[in-house]
Amino acid sequence: MTEVPTAAPFAAPSRAPSEAIVFPQDRSCPYHPPTGYRPLSGQGPLTRVAFYDGRQVWAVTGHAEARALLTDRRLSSDRQNPAFPIPIERLEAIRRVRTPLIGVDDPEHNTQRRMLIPSFSVKRTAAMRPDIQRIVDGLLDRMLAQGPPAELVSAFALPVPSMVICALLGIPYGDHEFFEEQSRRILRGPTSEESEQARLRLEEYLTELIARKEREPGDGLLDELIADRLKEGSLAHRELVRLAMILLVAGHETTANMISLGTFTLLEHPERLARLRERPEQIPAAVEELLRFLSIADGLVRVATEDIEIGGVTIRADDGVLFPTSLINRDATAYPEPDALDWDRSARHHVAFGFGVHQCLGQNLARAEMEIALGSLFTRIPDLRLAAPAAEIPFKPGDTLQGMIELPVAW
Amino acid sequence: MRIAIDQDVCIGSGQCVLTAPKVFTQDDDGFSQVLPGSEDGAGDPLVREAARACPVQAITVEDA
Repeated sequence: MTEVPTAAPFAAPSRAPSEAIVFPQDRSCPYHPPTGYRPLSGQGPLTRVAFYDGRQVWAVTGHAEARALLTDRRLSSDRQNPAFPIPIERLEAIRRVRTPLIGVDDPEHNTQRRMLIPSFSVKRTAAMRPDIQRIVDGLLDRMLAQGPPAELVSAFALPVPSMVICALLGIPYGDHEFFEEQSRRILRGPTSEESEQARLRLEEYLTELIARKEREPGDGLLDELIADRLKEGSLAHRELVRLAMILLVAGHETTANMISLGTFTLLEHPERLARLRERPEQIPAAVEELLRFLSIADGLVRVATEDIEIGGVTIRADDGVLFPTSLINRDATAYPEPDALDWDRSARHHVAFGFGVHQCLGQNLARAEMEIALGSLFTRIPDLRLAAPAAEIPFKPGDTLQGMIELPVAW
Repeated sequence: MRIAIDQDVCIGSGQCVLTAPKVFTQDDDGFSQVLPGSEDGAGDPLVREAARACPVQAITVEDA
């Protein structure tokens, strides 16, 4: 049981009819949307669905409508708004925390984002490619030296982005077991108490790390923020700690899932994979299509601050709005034959990184990591294969980022 | 064709640079600008795609 109060003030007046589809649901295949969402297709670009507590929200499944709404300033990301919809009971505790970047609106969000934009530009990201390649090569060297079989999540998919974000932020990678474990608990609990305690432990760790960096500066992004913002007073200690936490957690969990699930998906599409091996210049297009196809952050949420007319319906002020990216990115009007993995089409304009002012800050870094990780993995180990029947390999439940829990491979 | 970027709106996602690198670039702070000499779109058919890829609609493309 949870000890976190889960007041759901909007549950009672808007209880869902029993036939309303409940979000989120588990996927039955790790790379396809949950089969339980199927009845939504053909029901229009916006449909009423229910959360665990019975609260009804709008699920946006139309690609054009999603892009319009994600850029609409009348939708808010402010999780401290009591009407903000929380799709998972475990996450109720986030209402109490003013989460920088992802949990605030402009102008506050814009001020925070602008501090970080230079570090995630196309040029700065391109300049990191040799370091990313070195990290990827080192991990593959070790995996090959140890010989098959290997568990790819712990040997490769997680350490790649974890090492990259540590280098970028200036966090000692030696602490990775600690912060990876806390990130996992923040995102997956399983209870809200465990999530909250993990968040507090990580906050404490980063508070100490930042204090140490103030005395002994290093050369990471956190050190730059300390020198340029903290010392001059435009950034408070607490805000820097929370920014660091968001960057650390978002910086490794997301990409780790894309690498593990991307590898699994390619291994399950052997003809496609064979063509990719013949034409490695298609890797960027393949990564873009995998982003669309896998949609691992499958459920962005907002709350309306005013009435909005769209797609033949009226979203009322205080209504919750859910963006199931796995359905939006498979809208057949935007992507013909959406359930086929096909990078000969253009996957451009997918919303796997979101859209609007909150679109993923690290998207270009994530692309570079995925291109280098997947490209090098299949080049260095051309006969990579699953070391267990695909149906028996565990993947993540629907209430968190999608990806593989384990990925046993051999060659 | 005339291209304009509202740098107050730009969030530095770099999507225009990735879509039409012959026309767009990012300054040292990560904000997008039109490459000097490409203000007319340089005949690049991807300019409109780049404007559409912008997550905050900071790019306007006008037919001259």
